[in-house]
Amino acid sequence: MQQLFSRMNKMSTFLASLISIVLGMLIGAIMMVAAGYNPLEAYNALFVSALFQPYDLGETIRTVTPLLLTGLAVAIAFRTGLFNIGVEGQFIVGQMAAIIVGLKLPLPSGLHAVAAVIAGGLAGAIWAYLPGLLKAVRGVHEVIITIMMNYIALYLSNAVVFHLLAPGADSTEKIPDSASLRVQWLSDLFGGARVHLGILIALAAAFVMYVLVWRTRLGYELRAVGFNPLAAEYAGMNVKKSVILSMMISGAFAGLAGAVEALGTNGYLPIMNDFTGIGFDGIAVALLGANTPVGVILASILFGVLEYGGGNMQFEAGVPFEVIRVVFAAIILFVAANIVEKIFHSRRKKGVKTNA
Amino acid sequence: MNVVEMVGITKRFPGIIANDQINLTVRKGEIHALLGENGAGKSTLMNILFGLYQPDEGEIRINEKPVKITGPTVANKLGIGMVHQHFMLVEPFTVTENIILGDERSKFGLLNIKKAEKEIQRLSDQYGLKVDPRAKIADISVGMQQRVEILKTLYRGADILIFDEPTAVLTPQEIEELTEIMRRLVDEGKTIIFITHKLKEIMSTCDRVTVIRRGKVIQTVDVAETNENELAALMVGREVSFTVEKEKKQPGEPIVKISQLVALDHRGVRAVNGLDLEVRAGEIVGLAGVDGNGQTELIEAITGLRDIESGSIHINGKDMTRFKPRKVIEAGVGHIPEDRHKRGLVLDFTVSENMVLQSYYQAPFTKRGIIQNGEIDQYAKRLIKEFDVRTPNEHVPIRGLSGGNQQKAIIAREVDRDPDFLIAAQPTRGLDVGAIESIHRRLVEQRDKGKAVLLVSLELDEVLKLSDRVAVIYEGKIVGWVDPETTTEEELGLLMAGGKKQEVK
Repeated sequence: MQQLFSRMNKMSTFLASLISIVLGMLIGAIMMVAAGYNPLEAYNALFVSALFQPYDLGETIRTVTPLLLTGLAVAIAFRTGLFNIGVEGQFIVGQMAAIIVGLKLPLPSGLHAVAAVIAGGLAGAIWAYLPGLLKAVRGVHEVIITIMMNYIALYLSNAVVFHLLAPGADSTEKIPDSASLRVQWLSDLFGGARVHLGILIALAAAFVMYVLVWRTRLGYELRAVGFNPLAAEYAGMNVKKSVILSMMISGAFAGLAGAVEALGTNGYLPIMNDFTGIGFDGIAVALLGANTPVGVILASILFGVLEYGGGNMQFEAGVPFEVIRVVFAAIILFVAANIVEKIFHSRRKKGVKTNA
Repeated sequence: MNVVEMVGITKRFPGIIANDQINLTVRKGEIHALLGENGAGKSTLMNILFGLYQPDEGEIRINEKPVKITGPTVANKLGIGMVHQHFMLVEPFTVTENIILGDERSKFGLLNIKKAEKEIQRLSDQYGLKVDPRAKIADISVGMQQRVEILKTLYRGADILIFDEPTAVLTPQEIEELTEIMRRLVDEGKTIIFITHKLKEIMSTCDRVTVIRRGKVIQTVDVAETNENELAALMVGREVSFTVEKEKKQPGEPIVKISQLVALDHRGVRAVNGLDLEVRAGEIVGLAGVDGNGQTELIEAITGLRDIESGSIHINGKDMTRFKPRKVIEAGVGHIPEDRHKRGLVLDFTVSENMVLQSYYQAPFTKRGIIQNGEIDQYAKRLIKEFDVRTPNEHVPIRGLSGGNQQKAIIAREVDRDPDFLIAAQPTRGLDVGAIESIHRRLVEQRDKGKAVLLVSLELDEVLKLSDRVAVIYEGKIVGWVDPETTTEEELGLLMAGGKKQEVK
């Protein structure tokens, strides 16, 4: 009986997310009408161009890949009671580390890419170690530190490119094929799109998150510390270690995202004027995905479709891409403010509550 | 005249009927107690009367007129006010600002604080509340804050006041003052509904009492024609013994030896200040003392949760000074923490997950780093059955259980780990008689099995009833030992107040 209710509850979360998406798109449509565009035509263009051609499908998957990983990074930190807003910075150092290994370590094909991916994950973990340490030992709030660390990462990356990797140029050279995650058969399958093996890494990461958080001893500890650090301490768990570890695992996911984006999609590291935004989008993905692995996968697909399809919509329906950012924002607003569930609840009169 | 009539009230929540055909009649000018165990449905019924829930069936009549109470605002208009157990006050605001909050009577958008202050002062004087309308909430005692809550309802013109377990947060003296205030309120024509599970308070304060058990009204009786034993039996549904069966026993070897222990509190003051204590196998040592004399810090120092400045702790002859919490647990120490929500439970975890909070990493609960949920569920099921934890199943978050059942779960967990030394801190705080009885039985059982038990409690009755020896703690030291059989409240009170220091006061 009880399980049924908890399942119904989960269903209603899913439903609420779905309705939030529809409402968000509705707001986008209203904006388009107000600006004199045809929303039906625009959305049609968006979805058709994102999904129906092999090439576009491949490009959409390529867009989904890093979003999935940064979404997981944010979600796993949330699960353990931490708000890792530094995913963006960890993404950037992951990118940087992967490119350095790709350019500077002469390794045989296959092994080279693996080493570069691992380097990216490690770099992200190390970048997250510092805020974790400060949080655990000094009680400094992780949000403050990770925001700062984002800027350090951005300018460090630029400095490394400018002074070490490509003096005088505005981006590094291309990495050799041995370090690339791009494989011919996959590109061929999707009409030459830039889709790469990163998607497999990302899906594997989602599975790893599930097992780690819900099936391992470590996950039990991390969740306990996230929910109630005082009880965790009472029960003999090492709270400080858990906080640091949780940040590092989150950072590793973010670093992996940077690595696969660098090794699979771009193949080089440019000097960046600004943040990539992929790390910040991870927050939205995690939020919409309710911090569960499956939810994050679905949310990253949606955002990937909107992002890539939105770009095409601009050409095909003449609707500016900014509209899609509005849709993004509206969806997040609906989810974050829990508006849909509010409507549900007031109608059902606080139905699901077991304690009297 | 009947000011409140609730007829055939039924309220269902998924999987549970919280109120089942409840009838409640409250007469004008009486203090009417609503008695029941935790989770019996008292709060649900009052939330319906206050408009927070809508009943599925039944009718409510106020002053003999049928009404529909769709929200607290409607309740206020009908003259119903609620004094919540957890105060809803804004700390940096003054008393007046808090009282007018949500009911600001303004002219052209300007507040007339002076006028409100005067009105509040008048109400305070009329009912003998002695509240200063200009004081800041942060500066006044918990008892005073409660009176502000009472004033809030009076200011809004309440004639029917619901008190939701008002004494849970008060000291014995404040309870006495509250009783007087309640008497004064009814003398001035108000009617009071008093939610509680404390029998003593009903006997001393109320006129009539309605007993609710598992969502149903058992009986409404005149307080003058009943007694504590009868009420307890009505509430729990069986005879309750207030005494604890305990045979005389010769204690064994010392299990715990604490000597010259010093530990600091969060301000850096020596909260435990050169304390010596010995607990032997097969005895319950009660630690009596006024709250804040180092009890909390002592327990935390023993269990590794607080740094030790100097001194030593030996358990079973092993030096355990400065052990980490896990080492202390593994050395055979069980700990029922004083605040079950703060330390004892992870409220968002399921009942199962909470049952293995300390032992999750050991076989059979973890194998090669993987949590064995099947094993954990089996184990939890056994404990739930053995310790009579009332829960729909082991998969629900423990947050949804009543306080008594949460505490039973903690006790199940701590006792079943079979520790040589069990620390029980405030083990029955906030619980009803049925749960208290079962917890007391468990503690005595541990003693009879030859374990050393340290009972730390602010309830003197409990300490005297359960302990074989009583140590009195004052300013971080044991200032005396008494025999619970022969000691008097005066002797204990004197020791708890610091003995010699009494004269200075």
